[in-house]
Amino acid sequence: MPDEAAAARPNLLRALRETAVTALLAFGLFLPLIGFNTVQNIRNELVLETRWPLLFTFVAILAGLRFLYLVVAAPMLAERARTASRPASPATLPSWAIPAVIGFVLVYPLLAMLIAGPGAAKWIDNFGIQILIYVLLGWGLNIVVGLAGLLDLGYVAFYAIGAYTCALLGKNFDLSFWMLLPLAGVLAALWGVLLGFPVLRLRGDYLAVVTLAFGEIIRLVLINWKDVTQGSAGIGGLPRPTFFGLPFNASPDGFAARLGLEFSPLHRPLFLYYIVFAAVVLTAIVIGRLRRLPVGRAWEALREDEIACRSLGINTTNAKLAAFASGAFFGGIAGALFTARQGFISPESVNFSESALILAIVVLGGMGSTVGVAIAAVVIIGGTELLRELAFLKQIFGAEFDPAQYRMLLFGFAMVLIIAWKPRGFIGTREPTLVLKRRKAIDVTLVREGHG
Amino acid sequence: MEIFVQQLINGITLGSIYGLIAIGYTMVFGIIGMVNFAHGDVFMVSSFIALVALLLLTTWIGIGSIALALVIVLVVSMILTSLVNWAIERVAYRPLRGSFRLAPLISAIGMSIFLSNFVQVAQGPRNKSIPPMFTDVIVVMKGSYDVTVSYKQIAIWLVTAVLLIAFWLLVTRTSLGRAQRACEQDQKMAALLGVDVNRTISITFVIAAALAAVAGTLYLTIYGVVRFDDGFVPGVKAFTAAVLGGIGSLPGAVLGGLLIGVIETLWAEYVSSAYKDVAAFSILAIVMIFLPQGILGRPDVEKV
Repeated sequence: MPDEAAAARPNLLRALRETAVTALLAFGLFLPLIGFNTVQNIRNELVLETRWPLLFTFVAILAGLRFLYLVVAAPMLAERARTASRPASPATLPSWAIPAVIGFVLVYPLLAMLIAGPGAAKWIDNFGIQILIYVLLGWGLNIVVGLAGLLDLGYVAFYAIGAYTCALLGKNFDLSFWMLLPLAGVLAALWGVLLGFPVLRLRGDYLAVVTLAFGEIIRLVLINWKDVTQGSAGIGGLPRPTFFGLPFNASPDGFAARLGLEFSPLHRPLFLYYIVFAAVVLTAIVIGRLRRLPVGRAWEALREDEIACRSLGINTTNAKLAAFASGAFFGGIAGALFTARQGFISPESVNFSESALILAIVVLGGMGSTVGVAIAAVVIIGGTELLRELAFLKQIFGAEFDPAQYRMLLFGFAMVLIIAWKPRGFIGTREPTLVLKRRKAIDVTLVREGHG
Repeated sequence: MEIFVQQLINGITLGSIYGLIAIGYTMVFGIIGMVNFAHGDVFMVSSFIALVALLLLTTWIGIGSIALALVIVLVVSMILTSLVNWAIERVAYRPLRGSFRLAPLISAIGMSIFLSNFVQVAQGPRNKSIPPMFTDVIVVMKGSYDVTVSYKQIAIWLVTAVLLIAFWLLVTRTSLGRAQRACEQDQKMAALLGVDVNRTISITFVIAAALAAVAGTLYLTIYGVVRFDDGFVPGVKAFTAAVLGGIGSLPGAVLGGLLIGVIETLWAEYVSSAYKDVAAFSILAIVMIFLPQGILGRPDVEKV
């Protein structure tokens, strides 16, 4: 590679020339869509406006980054590549880390109440409950993608089935939330088998695209079957979880009145937080057990090499269907919890970008790693939620600047960057589920997945 | 009967656009074995580039002849979209060559999200519509309902046919095409035999983008409206077309595109227009499950 050899010696002239090329390319890239803006004038015709300062800022930033990379970062990276040896054995978490995190999650809403006072609802709901639901979704998809190695781009379908099970059965048959929660999981698992059956023969990219199609079909049916689902308008007023039959409202039969407490709107999110927390803990235990069962080991074998797996007498059909079903089960539970949180569901909540978001959590966290997926859920969901809180940016960039608008933009960009930087996710270790004497984790880059 | 013929004509027009996008999918999948998930969004970006170029030519420079303006718009859109796709390949896919098999697909999904949201932020979330042009039509069949073909539709058919033949010759007859087929079979071996693999892959992405840009420009002229999220669904349908025709086969991609386009318009006319996307996605699932090698493709032999 002549490129790298030259970059090792900081050659200013060469760097300048490359920077100029970059600037030229960036100019061409951004000229049509950044340099010009199409706006409607009073007569509803499209006209062009120019944004030269913005265009030149973009070009300057890209050129500057390229120059810095060539002069500063590239020689450093080349130096490190020369001195670095094999990937060291991965760092393991200290033994107190997981209990500490669980302890923190347990007291988190109380801390939020202590610090934020009455404004804590936002922190418990948007951050706490939402992140925990995504942890659940991430773990569910992790069974399918991370453990069994089946790339599912339509996972949100099971989330939708769980949520709509809750919504429709709750609305039409007056079932309580506690009846609906297991039903949502079971029905979603059933659908997991139904949709898993036709795709047993597929894998890799084809499987991904077919599952994407399934997810889209379910969403389109939810939009168009207006008699049942109320279409894009969605269904509201869904049953909320009750505390042994006591609803969380200000009525004399409510939770607060019966227990002799002062009514507070925080009770409901607090209660829901602990329900979701319990679901997450249970899920972690169940998944931990599943991995040690024959079916869990079959999943991991399936991920590494399907042909070898079949020749060893593992029933790949059953293993795949079990993966789809258990993944879908947790998706359905998460969907039910979502309706309990929102009290409202519409097809808007189950579009493809939601599937991509969950997949990103699994991949960036490290496929197959329970801890990694949880970390990724906190970082990605917490990070994008934080963007909503950056109101101070409005003072810098003007009133019409809305940081939430950049949420998905940054998210897509981060997905590309992180997969390039750490293709195996934050936690890329493979730890054997069964050991003879010594537990020995290896870096995942040393594992070569067989195609199949 | 008249309605059927009219819908057939509309379906072939829509199918030509799908076919042009599908060639991009099929070439990229052929050479690096990856579903270029962002390709539909590249198509959408090209449509926006064409929109800006068209407005620039008509409202600022004031070119009188619309036909001349369209030719310039087409060329500009092809060049700039190629640049965009070249950059995407450089940034998002090349660093992942040799990584695990799902990495490029995931990067492509991220790129797809990035592109559509970039256009949303840069150009606003609304529909962008332009006044209709070339409204002249030829009446082909008189009856209770006049069946018409517009000049735009004829232009699209011709452009698709010419491009298909040109690129088919390119792939089968030139040294570039030979290099592409060599990379398709075995990148390492091709590199050992003196094929510049990176360059060949880059050129493939550039060709794919140029064809998507033709589709994007034609889409804008025919339907007169484009939006930031217009890439996803046509992208998936074009991928369906590529698989239906047989992945890796250029004529197959266009054939698949025409089939999907015709089925979609007929479905919308005779069954239900609300469920036309469901029909397309169902075809996708059925084809991939029961006919994964497609109509003109070769069956994939599994090597251990």
